[in-house]
Amino acid sequence: MFQFILKRLGTVIPTFFGITLLTFTLIHMIPGDPIEIMAGERGISPERHAILSAELGLDQPIWKQYFSYVGGILQGDLGNSLVTKKPVVEEFFELFPATVELAFLAALFAICIGLPAGIIAAVKRGSIFDHTVMGVSLTGYSMPIFWWALLLMLVFSVNLGWTPVSGRIDVSLWIDHVTGFMLIDSLLSDEVGAFGSAIHHLILPSIVLGTIPLAVIARMTRSSMLEVLGEDYIRTARAKGLAPWRVIVIHALRNALIPVITVIGLQVGILLSGAILTETIFAWPGIGKWLIESIGRRDYPVVQGGILIIATLIILVNLLVDIIYGVVNPRIRHAK
Amino acid sequence: MNKGKVALSLSIASIITLGLSGCSDDKAAKDSSSVAAKKPVSFVYCSEASPEGFNPGLFTTGTTFDASSKTIFNRLVEFKLGTTEVIPALAESWDVSEDGLVYTFKLRHDVPFHTTKDFTPTRSFNADDVIFSFDRQGNAENPYHKVSGGSYEYYNAMSMGSLIKEINKVDEYTVQFVLNQPEAPFIANLAMDFASIMSAEQAKVFLEKGMAAQLDVMPSGTGPFALQQYQKDSLIRYAGNADYWDGAPAIDRLIFSITPDASVRFAKLQNNECQVMAFPNPSDRKMMEEDKNINLLSQEGLNIGYLAFNVNKKPFDDVRVRQALNMAVNKPAIIDAVFNGSGKAATNPIPPTMWSYNTDIKDYEFNLVKAKALLAEAGYPDGFETNIWAMPVQRPYNPNARRMAEIMQSDWAKVGVKAKIVTFEWGEYLKRASKGEHETILLGWTGDNGDPDNFLAVLLGCDAVGGANRSMWCNAEFDALVKEAKTTADQAVRTDLYEKAQVIFKQQAPWATIAHSVVFEPVRKEVKGYVIDPLGGHNFYSVSLEK
Repeated sequence: MFQFILKRLGTVIPTFFGITLLTFTLIHMIPGDPIEIMAGERGISPERHAILSAELGLDQPIWKQYFSYVGGILQGDLGNSLVTKKPVVEEFFELFPATVELAFLAALFAICIGLPAGIIAAVKRGSIFDHTVMGVSLTGYSMPIFWWALLLMLVFSVNLGWTPVSGRIDVSLWIDHVTGFMLIDSLLSDEVGAFGSAIHHLILPSIVLGTIPLAVIARMTRSSMLEVLGEDYIRTARAKGLAPWRVIVIHALRNALIPVITVIGLQVGILLSGAILTETIFAWPGIGKWLIESIGRRDYPVVQGGILIIATLIILVNLLVDIIYGVVNPRIRHAK
Repeated sequence: MNKGKVALSLSIASIITLGLSGCSDDKAAKDSSSVAAKKPVSFVYCSEASPEGFNPGLFTTGTTFDASSKTIFNRLVEFKLGTTEVIPALAESWDVSEDGLVYTFKLRHDVPFHTTKDFTPTRSFNADDVIFSFDRQGNAENPYHKVSGGSYEYYNAMSMGSLIKEINKVDEYTVQFVLNQPEAPFIANLAMDFASIMSAEQAKVFLEKGMAAQLDVMPSGTGPFALQQYQKDSLIRYAGNADYWDGAPAIDRLIFSITPDASVRFAKLQNNECQVMAFPNPSDRKMMEEDKNINLLSQEGLNIGYLAFNVNKKPFDDVRVRQALNMAVNKPAIIDAVFNGSGKAATNPIPPTMWSYNTDIKDYEFNLVKAKALLAEAGYPDGFETNIWAMPVQRPYNPNARRMAEIMQSDWAKVGVKAKIVTFEWGEYLKRASKGEHETILLGWTGDNGDPDNFLAVLLGCDAVGGANRSMWCNAEFDALVKEAKTTADQAVRTDLYEKAQVIFKQQAPWATIAHSVVFEPVRKEVKGYVIDPLGGHNFYSVSLEK
């Protein structure tokens, strides 16, 4: 077992350094100067520019900057934002829960609607329902997120007044940042109606963010179900006189779900990293918007650190999962 | 990653995040806020971004100033609301010595600092606070100088370091600034955001507790609103300061709802989720005018959008070429297409609302025949090839630089000048412009303090070449006039000097002055007392809500 963990760790360390090198190189390859951006139209004298470059360590040769960055990481220091001067780690964990919360709800929305829609479309193949589901999901998949969000906002928030326009909670409610998850924090607060307000604020962003995954899941479920429904064992089940729902849910769906779950997994990964547009439109304080703004400002430590933390979380979780798999299934442990 | 791993990974990631997310106890601040027994009046402002911090000395953006200096802090002197007139604030009065070198300020008594969750003041505002606020920025030995990055760009940009010789505490309520040379805009400079007065007592307490950086996160000020809670990219919460020295504000709670997208800010305003919004889209103006729940306020901005010719590059070293291209700029077409009609053609480098604006100067007429003739006289009868740099960002003084460049390109082509439109990412654009890589460049400026020096010296002075002087134009006569005006106390004399400087500017034509934009801000009908700040800020002290 120990050897197995060591072997796994052996692959993690180079991956980790690979990510540091890649993010560092990419962000430094983009043209732009954080000091000039900070100075704006006012401009900055060459002398003052030199002083600030020295203070921020940007005057060092690029390889030296990289090694000092890696040195910092090894001591647990991801540096401070060039803009806010606050530690990158602190800013990341202040914002990450909002992204996780939105991604989770969007995934839930996509699964709850996409899965049944795909199943029914497959079962009623060629019906109006099938054509509708396929048509709607194709539209959903091809719709520009920005336009879709503004349209929903205009209809449901501005015209009908059913949902709030943006934000995470009614600003008149005082919610302390305890876990960062608004659904939990609102329950912990003593504000009446806070949880309801949090849910209310999640509706539109979740729908918008969940639309593309919903379309993908619905289409994948349909095609996977169609494939399974044509198998011999389904015909046998039907011939045995099993109730139709039993055939579909117990026999067909279970097998059809394998590729669907894989797709859901991939979609959730995309949701976590790809909520940038949704976060911007709905003023959702998550990491997508934070990273995009930081790229615009050439806030090197934030971009490097933010991506590194996300990657590290995924690497660590993978490692943990691998180890658990190894514990649970000795075949994996001993596989050559 | 296979399916099982995906699900497990996500659950674990969520748990890790939950455990790592910071826990803060803002409750104390909430509890300490004095909310009146009656239902408190809440006012929501849809702001455009998160502030970089809450110390206006450390940062340079209007977003940070709105969130800190306009709410939490005061300065010795301030701009009268809606104007650039300097009025007493924490200083009740001031005297200037005959030689213009010594400024003595009499400070206001009994001005309390806010109580925050980590700090309860034991004394009211006095001279120590003034000295600390400036010493931190100017004195590298001050224990706070390096805290929070320690970069004081506005202080440096206004040359305060070289200007202030010393600051003396005469008594508890009298402070003396001794300057190295006379500086007429000095008082206006002190009204700027970076000169906000922080609590020296809070600084001392935090330093002793080893939490110095917290001074810039949750500061105690003397302003009309006390900071209560900040959630990055989400909201900022303030409580109205019931003990404010100039009278308590009419609103009990002020909330900045951070909303980066302008269309969404407008939707929130329509939905009454906020009562004032920052920076509307010019294209939404018509809808705002038609909305019966919204008042659209407007005011001429203290700004200028211009095209600078790089006089260090041929053929722009020839004044005739610069004048000719001035004649080939169709300003009415630009104002129509780029400003949607809400702009004013610019003649001088300072806006018409600013004192010393020279009304006698006539603008170059749009005349392609004369322009072509002048180009021929300069030795370019068939024109030449050049470039126009167009900003990649939207600003009030130039809402669409690309479109502006296209109109110029088309008119210049008629006089034989083939211009290529060039653009870069904003930071790169500024960096290359500082190095003088451009031939002509679109840029602009919004005033900091209402003093003509803030336009003429900052944008056109010889000392600004390599900085904000993008035309690289250094005219000895112009520079001497502007420098003389800067050291002269008498405003009538200064006016005369600036008027002369504008004549030289117009004749030498280092820029094609394009337009001064009209700034507009939509507010809900219920909002009373909101005034547009000509300097671009957002102030809420004077507002109230009418039911």
